[in-house]
Amino acid sequence: MTADGSRGTEAPPELVQLLTPEGERIEHPDYPLDLSPEEVRALYRDLVLVRRVDMEAVALQRQGELGLWASLLGQEAAQIGSGRAMADTDMAFPTYREHGVAWCRGVDPVNLLGLFRGVNHGGWDPAEHNFHLYTIVIGSQTLHAVGYAMGIQRDGAEAATLVYFGDGATSQGDVNESFIWASVFNAPVVFFCQNNQWAISEPLEKQTRIPLYRRASGFGFPGVRVDGNDVFACLAVTRKALADARSGGGPVLIEAFTYRMGAHTTSDDPTRYRVAAELEAWKLKDPIERVRAYLFKNQLADQEFFDAIDAEADELGRDVRKRCLALPDPEPMAIFEHVYAERHPLIDAERAEFAAYLEGFEG
Amino acid sequence: MTTLTMAKALNEGMRKAMEEDPKVLIMGEDVGKLGGVFRVTDGLQKDFGEQRVIDTPLAESGIIGTAIGLALRGYRPVCEIQFDGFVFPAADQIITQLAKMPLRSLGKLKLPVVVRIPCGGGIGAVEHHSESPETYFTHTAGLRVMTCSNPADAYTMLRQAIRCDDPVIFFEPKRRYWDKAEVDVESADWPPFDQARVVRPGTDVTLLAYGPMVKTCLEAAKAAEEDGRSLEVVDLRSLNPLDVPRIVESVRRTGRCVVVHEAPVFTGFGAEIAARVTEECFYHLESPVLRVGGPSTPYPPSRLEDHYLPDLDRVLHAVDRAFAF
Ligand SMILES: Cc1ncc(C[n+]2csc(CCOP(=O)(O)OP(=O)(O)O)c2C)c(N)n1
Repeated sequence: MTADGSRGTEAPPELVQLLTPEGERIEHPDYPLDLSPEEVRALYRDLVLVRRVDMEAVALQRQGELGLWASLLGQEAAQIGSGRAMADTDMAFPTYREHGVAWCRGVDPVNLLGLFRGVNHGGWDPAEHNFHLYTIVIGSQTLHAVGYAMGIQRDGAEAATLVYFGDGATSQGDVNESFIWASVFNAPVVFFCQNNQWAISEPLEKQTRIPLYRRASGFGFPGVRVDGNDVFACLAVTRKALADARSGGGPVLIEAFTYRMGAHTTSDDPTRYRVAAELEAWKLKDPIERVRAYLFKNQLADQEFFDAIDAEADELGRDVRKRCLALPDPEPMAIFEHVYAERHPLIDAERAEFAAYLEGFEG
Repeated sequence: MTTLTMAKALNEGMRKAMEEDPKVLIMGEDVGKLGGVFRVTDGLQKDFGEQRVIDTPLAESGIIGTAIGLALRGYRPVCEIQFDGFVFPAADQIITQLAKMPLRSLGKLKLPVVVRIPCGGGIGAVEHHSESPETYFTHTAGLRVMTCSNPADAYTMLRQAIRCDDPVIFFEPKRRYWDKAEVDVESADWPPFDQARVVRPGTDVTLLAYGPMVKTCLEAAKAAEEDGRSLEVVDLRSLNPLDVPRIVESVRRTGRCVVVHEAPVFTGFGAEIAARVTEECFYHLESPVLRVGGPSTPYPPSRLEDHYLPDLDRVLHAVDRAFAF
């Protein structure tokens, strides 16, 4: 317990929310948001489609087509809201779970599946999408994001970086160092922590005793906690933070208060450490249902619209599955590719040796 | 005798050590309720409580750094690093502090810290989950580095590592976690944990291996027998200290030597062995010491790992080359 009695796990009153779980629109003085009906419908479509990709990936893993999958279930609003807040010139640095952000950045979902299938370690061009490679070592990417932001600063460019990490990651030295760098250099970086309450089996109180967004003040920049299941709030808060960062305001920490509905990854067994009631309570805050309710209530969409999105999602699921299954195993010699940018005699020698060895099996 | 998987044998080793010595602590990410991602610490928190089986924050430098402090206070922490590729955030504490503090205190400080690291590939994992970082640690003076290859050794070696007053880096070949064998958990008559062992006698070639590759070499030796070749397989068990006399004895007898490991060959652990063997067995050698290991590339995506990892054919190919000289 901290002096003011707050604990890291409780959602405090300062949670920014613009759309209630029941689909009621509410206003927040600091985060005005004016969305056209088309824009709301587009957000809804994003949410549904990325959930569908995620579901398909889980199924593919179960069928042995992927080695592993880290599901985003429950975190769609945090990812779509923040992802759609980015300008084209902004750069995103993800962990391994940001499938929704990848979607917003135009990365083909099949590329994400390829990584988890084990055919490559990434496979998209980060510069083409302004979406960096997935980072599996917890917290490493936060420092890269700050360095990139320092580059933006030096170039006098009108851009910012948006870096993703989990609640567990906030314990890492790298993440704390990235806070220091960002603050000291006033770097245009927005830290986006998806607090999904769990780091594999460890609940939030194993990482912190104060709400995570409050950490920022100790490093000298603002922190804000947003309802991570509210796509409007995530969009508005991230948009403002990025705008501030772009215009020289320095870093911001956003804590998206959300929940990991599924297992940590498909290798994990959450029944060993978490109770079903918790999951049930969070189901009521589903990020998709509340936008759907909002659209319905305000007659911004009819059944035909929802059916069309569902049909599109099914089609996307089928397409992703088909193309995932068609991903060929790489050629053995691919092991030697791209290790160095310039010719390297040791790799050349080993490549030749290995080719000769493989030839020995032929004929 | 009980039949145990390697994971269970390690679990039993920690359990017995904790029963025996209240100063033994287990710490790491997810080691408590979950029992570790490989379930190696399964049930220990339930039986020994959260004070002795500690789910730590997600910070490897923190795990080793605080283990050092606990050891300075008389505890014997057994730390789990979740996967090989995640030991690097802790490398600073291991290399600059854990390894050197006893010396700096002129022997007044002891750091009985065990760092358990699931290592190696072959389980179809994503990046950073299949590496063999042993050489970084064998190169660091002040650390003992060992690796088990079977359930019985897993049990006895871990018991001794926990009792040892030096820091021990303990590599556990993760693809052998589910291998089963007889383990005597009652006897305390343990083969010293820093000695190599001939696990299959032979006369024509010595195969030197450790951790996951011991099983592969045994398979290769069996296959070679059908071709009339007698391969001796030596399980090094301890990499630092290295049991040089036992290696030398074997190679002088067979006249040929092949070192097998998963890590890249270039400046890998095999290079040290090749140099030693060349110095000590020069006049007994029929062929140069050959090495089998990974190429000098990062561990590949899992669909390529079968090409990357030494298998029976790669070992036999090296044996052929040894005979061809
Ligand atoms: C340096 C490092 N240590 C350990 C791991 C193993 N690991 C992978 S994910 C994870 C939990 C991460 O939790 P959090 O940061 O909250 O993100 P989440 O997965 O919940 O989104 C752990 C311990 C890792 N990938 N990297």
